[in-house]
Amino acid sequence: MVSRVKDERAPELQGFREVQRLAYACAEAVAARLKPGVTEREAARMQREWLRERGVRDWFHLPFAWFGDRTAFAGFKVPLQFFPTDRRLEPGMPFILDMAPVYKGFTADIGYSGCLGLHPLHDRLLADLEAHRALILSEVRERRPLREIYEDVERLMIRQGYANRHRAYPFGVIAHKVDRVAERRWSPHVFGFGTQSLKGLLSDAVHGHRDGWSPLWSPYRFSDHPPQPGLWAVEPHLGFRGTGAKFEEILVVTDSRDPEQSAFWLDDDLPHVRRWAEERVAA
Amino acid sequence: MSLRDLPGARERRVATGGIELCVIELGDAARPTIVLVHGYPDSKEVWTQVARQLAEQWHVVLYDVRGHGRSTAPVPLRGGFTLEKLTDDFLAVADAVSPDRPVHVVGHDWGSVQAWEFATVSRTEGRIASFTSMSGPSLDHFGHWIKQRMTRPTPRRVGQLLGQGAKSWYVYMLHTPVLPELAWRGPLGKRWPRILERLEKVPPGDYPTPSLPDDAAHGAWLYRDNVRSRLRRPRADAFAHVPVQLITPTGDIFLSEQLYDGLDAWVPQLTRRSLPAKHWVPRTRPDQLASWIGEFAAVNETALRDGVPVRDTAPQGAYADRFGGQLVLVTGAAGGIGRATAFAFAEAGARVVVVDRDAEGASRTAELARLIGAPAAWAETVDVSDEQAMEKLAEKVAAEYGIVDVLVNNAGIGISGSFLETSTEEWRRVLDVNLWGVIHGCRLFGKQMADRGQGGHIVNTASAAAYQPSRALPAYSTSKAAVLMLSECLRAELAEKSIGVSAICPGIVNTNITATTRFAGTDAAEEQRLRKRTSKLYGMRNYPPEKVADAILRAVVRNQAVVPVTPESHGARFLSRLSPGALRAAARLKPPL
Ligand SMILES: NC(=O)c1ccc[n+]([C@@H]2O[C@H](COP(=O)([O-])OP(=O)(O)OC[C@H]3O[C@@H](n4cnc5c(N)ncnc54)[C@H](O)[C@@H]3O)[C@@H](O)[C@H]2O)c1
Repeated sequence: MVSRVKDERAPELQGFREVQRLAYACAEAVAARLKPGVTEREAARMQREWLRERGVRDWFHLPFAWFGDRTAFAGFKVPLQFFPTDRRLEPGMPFILDMAPVYKGFTADIGYSGCLGLHPLHDRLLADLEAHRALILSEVRERRPLREIYEDVERLMIRQGYANRHRAYPFGVIAHKVDRVAERRWSPHVFGFGTQSLKGLLSDAVHGHRDGWSPLWSPYRFSDHPPQPGLWAVEPHLGFRGTGAKFEEILVVTDSRDPEQSAFWLDDDLPHVRRWAEERVAA
Repeated sequence: MSLRDLPGARERRVATGGIELCVIELGDAARPTIVLVHGYPDSKEVWTQVARQLAEQWHVVLYDVRGHGRSTAPVPLRGGFTLEKLTDDFLAVADAVSPDRPVHVVGHDWGSVQAWEFATVSRTEGRIASFTSMSGPSLDHFGHWIKQRMTRPTPRRVGQLLGQGAKSWYVYMLHTPVLPELAWRGPLGKRWPRILERLEKVPPGDYPTPSLPDDAAHGAWLYRDNVRSRLRRPRADAFAHVPVQLITPTGDIFLSEQLYDGLDAWVPQLTRRSLPAKHWVPRTRPDQLASWIGEFAAVNETALRDGVPVRDTAPQGAYADRFGGQLVLVTGAAGGIGRATAFAFAEAGARVVVVDRDAEGASRTAELARLIGAPAAWAETVDVSDEQAMEKLAEKVAAEYGIVDVLVNNAGIGISGSFLETSTEEWRRVLDVNLWGVIHGCRLFGKQMADRGQGGHIVNTASAAAYQPSRALPAYSTSKAAVLMLSECLRAELAEKSIGVSAICPGIVNTNITATTRFAGTDAAEEQRLRKRTSKLYGMRNYPPEKVADAILRAVVRNQAVVPVTPESHGARFLSRLSPGALRAAARLKPPL
C-alpha cells in the first residue's frame, strides 16, 4: 500500500483526487445556494442530495453544517452537538460545510468555510489558515512526531490570537486516516458514520496499536510517532470569539526519502488554496 | 469662562408665544446642528465645557429655557410652562438656527424631560435627527411605569416604587406653593453652589450663574404645570420617532436605574450608556458626554445618509453601555490575560492601546481588536519596567489618543525557585517588571486621570500568590503582594477623585507565562523541563484567560477592590482570612515537579 501512493499520478491517487474535487464542488454549489433562513439541517440535506445525485452511495460520515457561533463550536460539550440543528442562517453569519463521501470506493473528507455576506474577521481567519497548511506540510516532511506537530500548530494558533477548535473533535484530532472502502450494496451508518469506513479505521487502529502508531492524529501520547504513510484528512480549525474557520483536505504521506515525495497535499487546486493565491495577486 | 466669551459665540433672541428666548450659537453653522437643553435649577451655562468641545466639529446651539437665565418668563407663570409650550419654544429655536435640516437634541434633567416630549410628539417629526437623554425620563413613560407597578405589585416592583418615591422627595416639595420660591430666593439660593460642590462634586467656577434664585423660583412651575397631570394621565402613544441614546449616571441620587427597564418598548432604536457619576454630569463628566454625544450624532448623520438603522452597527459585547468609545490601555497585551482583556474591551466598543514589549504580538492584538468592535486600536512597543519609555508612552498617548479612562497594568513575568537560590539579578528583574511596571503605569496615567478630574479606573493584575505564601514562589509572591497593597492604598487615595482601583488575583490560568517563567537555581535543560512540566499542569487545569478578562471588566463596572478569579484563588483568599495557619502549612510543601 505504501508504494501505491508514491507516484503522484498513480491511478489510486486519481481516485481520491476525484472524490475530493467532487466534495469541494458540492460545497461550492451548496454554499452558493445558502440564503438567509436556511437551517443547518437543510444545508446538510442539500449536500447529501447533491452528492447522491452524482453517484455517492456511502459515507465516511454524513454531511455536517455549522452556522454562526457553532462554527467555533461555542459551548459544545457532547459530540451530539456536532449534528445539524434548526439554527437558521442570517446575513453576516459564518458557516462551515463538512462532508466525507465515498465514491467508487475512494473516500474524501473535506471542510469548507464561508460567510453569508461581508465579514472582515472571517476573512482574516481564512487568510490565517494558510500558514497552518504550510507548517503542517513542512513538519511532516521533517518526520516530526505527529504530537509535536499538533503542538506547533496549536502554538501558532495561539500566537495568531485564536483558539484551537479541532480540540473539540472526538479525541481532539487535527487529522485522521482515510482509505479505500469496499463497495457494498448496503452500508448502514451509526451516528452519522459509515460502517465500512469505521471498520477500516478500527482495523487501522488495531494494527497501528501493535506497531506503535494510530490512525488518529491527536495531542495525546498515542500520536507520539512519526507520520505514518497513507492518506490523512487534515483539518486545522481556528476559533475566535464565536467565529470559526477550517479547511480539510487529504495529505499524502509516503515512505520516500525524497522530502518532496515523502509528503504532499493531494490537490493544490482547491477553493481555499485558490483564494490565498488570488489574495496574494490582489495585494 | 462663560459661554458668551467662547470664541465665535453668537447670541440671538428668538420670539415665541409672547416671550423671548436667549440663544447662543457656536461653531460652523454649515455643519449639522446639536441643540443642548438644560435642566432645573440650571441655565444654558451648565453646558459650557460640553459645548466648547462639541463646537470643534458641530454647529452647537444652546438656549435658556423660558423663565431661566436671560430668556424672559411667561406672564402669568402658572400654565406658562406646559410641555406643549416648551415644545413650541424648541421648534422656534430649531427653525431659527437650522431651518432645513433636522437637529440633534441633547437634554439633561428637565431638559431631557422636555426633549422626551419633543421626541415623542408627531408635530416634531422630521425636525429631530437624534436625541441624547440624561437624567430626565419621559413623564409619560414614568406614569406608565408607576401604573404598572401599582396594578401588579410584586414585592420587587413595590420596592422599586418606594425606592424611586424616596428619590423624588424634592418633587413633592416643589409642589408646595410659595415655599420653594422663598427658599431659593433666600438661604438655599445662597448655599446651592457649596451644596453642589460638596454633595455632587461639581467643580467650582462660573457656574451656577447669578440668575440661579430666579431660575429656580420660575422653574418650580415646570413641575407644577406638568408632573401631576402627566403622571395621572400618561399619553398612550409616547413612542420615540427618533433614535435615542440614553446616558444613565449610575450614582444619580434623584433617579433610579430601574426607571428605564422597559424603555425598549417605547424606543425602537435605543442605545444605552452608563457612567459612574452623580447627577450633574455636564459639569463633572464633560469629556465623556461630548464624546458620546458627538459619536451618536455622527452615527445618525451617516445612518440618515445611508438609510441604515443605528442599532445594527452598535457594539454588542458585554458592558458596551459602559465602555463604548472609552480609551482603555492594557499592558502585557500581546498574549494571555492581557490580550483577552484587550479583546473584551474591544467587543464593548472601547478604543484600545495595546502595550507590550513583544511588538509583533501587540500589533496582532490591535489588528484583531479592530475587527471585533474597537473603533480604534493601537499597538505600542514598550518595556513597562523602563521608566523613560513609559514616560514617553504616557506623553504620546495623551497627545494622540487622549486621556485613558481605564488603565490595566497587567504585564508581568513569572519566577520560581527557592529564596536562597534566587540571585539579586533575578530579584531585580521580577520587581522591575511586576512592581515597578505597575508603579510607572499608576504614576503616569493615574496622574493624567486625576488631573483631568473626570474619574477613571485602574486595574492591577496581582495574583493569588499575593496572599498565598509558598516556598516555590518567594520572589513572584513578594512582587504580587506589593501590587495588591499598592492597589489598596491607591484606591483609598484616588477615591475622592472618583478613580476606582481594583486588584485582580487570577489563580492558575492557562497562558504562555509558564513557558517563559525563570526557574532560579536551574540550568537551561532543567529549566526547559520544568517549563514544559508546569505548562502541562496549567494546560490540564485549563482555566481560560477570557474568564479573567470578564472578571476585569466586571471589576471596573462594579468598582471592586480585590477580585479573586478562579475557585482556587477564592479558596486561598478565604483561607488567608479564616485560617492562615492552614495556608502556612501548605506553603511548606514542595511542589511535585
Ligand atoms: N497565568 C497565570 O496563571 C497567572 C496567575 C496569576 C497572575 N498572573 C498575572 O497575570 C499577568 C498576565 O500574565 P499571563 O498569564 O497573561 O502571561 P503571558 O506571559 O501570557 O503574558 C504576559 C505578557 O506581558 C508581556 N510582558 C512581560 N514583561 C513585559 C515588560 N517588561 N514590558 C512589557 N510587556 C511585558 C509579555 O510579552 C506577555 O505578552 C501577569 O502579571 C501575571 O503575573 C497570571
